[in-house]
Amino acid sequence: MSIVTKELTFYYGRKAAVNGLDLNITNGFNVLLGPNGAGKSTLFSMLTGLYQAASGYIKINGYDYKHDKSNIMQSMGVVFQQSTLDLDLSVEQNLTYYAALHGISSSQALDNISEILTQLQLTTRLDDKVRSLNGGHRRRVEIARALIHQPKVLLLDEATVGLDIDSRKMITEYVGKLSQELGICVLWATHLIDEISAEDQLIIIDEGKIQAQGISGELCNKHNVADVYQLYRSLTANAELT
Amino acid sequence: MNNRYLYCFNGIVKREVLRFFQQRSRLLSALVRPLLWLVVFAAGFRAALGVSIMEPYGTYITYQQYITPGLCCMIILFNGMQSSLSMVYDREMGSMKVLLMSPLPRPFLLCCKLIASALLSLLQVVIFLLFAQLVDVDIPLMGYVSSIPAIFLIAFFLGALGLMLSNLIKQLENFAGVMNFVIFPMFFLSSALYPLWKMQEASLWLYWLCQFNPFTSCVELLRFALYGQMNLTALTTVIVATTIASFFALMSFKPLHGRK
Repeated sequence: MSIVTKELTFYYGRKAAVNGLDLNITNGFNVLLGPNGAGKSTLFSMLTGLYQAASGYIKINGYDYKHDKSNIMQSMGVVFQQSTLDLDLSVEQNLTYYAALHGISSSQALDNISEILTQLQLTTRLDDKVRSLNGGHRRRVEIARALIHQPKVLLLDEATVGLDIDSRKMITEYVGKLSQELGICVLWATHLIDEISAEDQLIIIDEGKIQAQGISGELCNKHNVADVYQLYRSLTANAELT
Repeated sequence: MNNRYLYCFNGIVKREVLRFFQQRSRLLSALVRPLLWLVVFAAGFRAALGVSIMEPYGTYITYQQYITPGLCCMIILFNGMQSSLSMVYDREMGSMKVLLMSPLPRPFLLCCKLIASALLSLLQVVIFLLFAQLVDVDIPLMGYVSSIPAIFLIAFFLGALGLMLSNLIKQLENFAGVMNFVIFPMFFLSSALYPLWKMQEASLWLYWLCQFNPFTSCVELLRFALYGQMNLTALTTVIVATTIASFFALMSFKPLHGRK
């Protein structure tokens, strides 16, 4: 399970949002940290095939977009920054619709994530309209949905933005646990420093380039700083603090 | 068909149907709009606009009878555009990303969307035709059956046209403007409300605009199909228009390229 990019570049007009980005991550919980406008969401859009790079390549589990797009989509689960649930449908209808898009029957879909639904306390909310759920529950539904086709790679783009502290904690801990239990590769994009622990694989991105990559604690030692906050400040220009 | 494709097709159709029935005002306005035209507008204009014997009708017909196929096409046109509006909504709300993240081929996914929309159009047209019987619009029973493929093809064409437009439009507000520039010209510059020979008497250039409007072919295709007849010219035009619109609709859903 891996995500590899080589010299990946993407322009908006003349401005490079992602500029020759080399990334190489494997199993476990990987945090992509960067200020607003660093290129995180553009990178996600390229990793999910929604955007096409101007140059460079992406390989996910050894597959590339040119030849194996279907295999990539099959092995990838995504939680986007903006909620993508259908508010007028129930939780179950949202889940089974997504499963159908992956060619999975409704019964198989709910079987696949029955344990996850229990852990995320969604079992009793299956018939509720998404509109009636709070932000934290909606995010949980999106996480359950992203796991419905049993992906090997899970991408989460600022999945906890706008949530209260308890919901953020619950979701970050849960996804961290999932990456260990299921042995999947998680890429967690965030600009919230308190979501990073000393053991996490950390990738700091700014101005479309990777500024540092490694175990969070080790990176702090290497750069002679006390914590991730200072590391982040020292490596990113115009960093917005959170 | 591979099971994966079947589940996907079922899922997309089910979602569109669920969304349609949840938006009760959409169903209601889809029926009220053409019924108003049929009951009120046609009653007022039937004396002014006499319709002589013409194909496919074997005899003199009432004005209500004449405009019924045009109103059916209006339902399909509105549904096609409404379905596209939902695509703009989906894109703004992000749910379009979910669709495009499917491992199944993008053309297949968009075709499923178009077929789902066409099925909803078919349902609305059949309900409208049943109501139309109440105001003495006489459709032969076989006409309901023979018009199904025509309705489906027209709905697919207008859906693809809407899909193509939806990708050119970045915001919901802009879409409302384009609806006015697409729906009304298409509808009024066609044979939906008046035979084209009447338009020819009034203005030759307007007549030619109507002739080149593919919506005219949609109306004529359905007019003949409702009476169990085939208008080959209209059919050919609609097939060509569907192919072109589908091609551009599919092309417009390619990933954004990050070139300088």
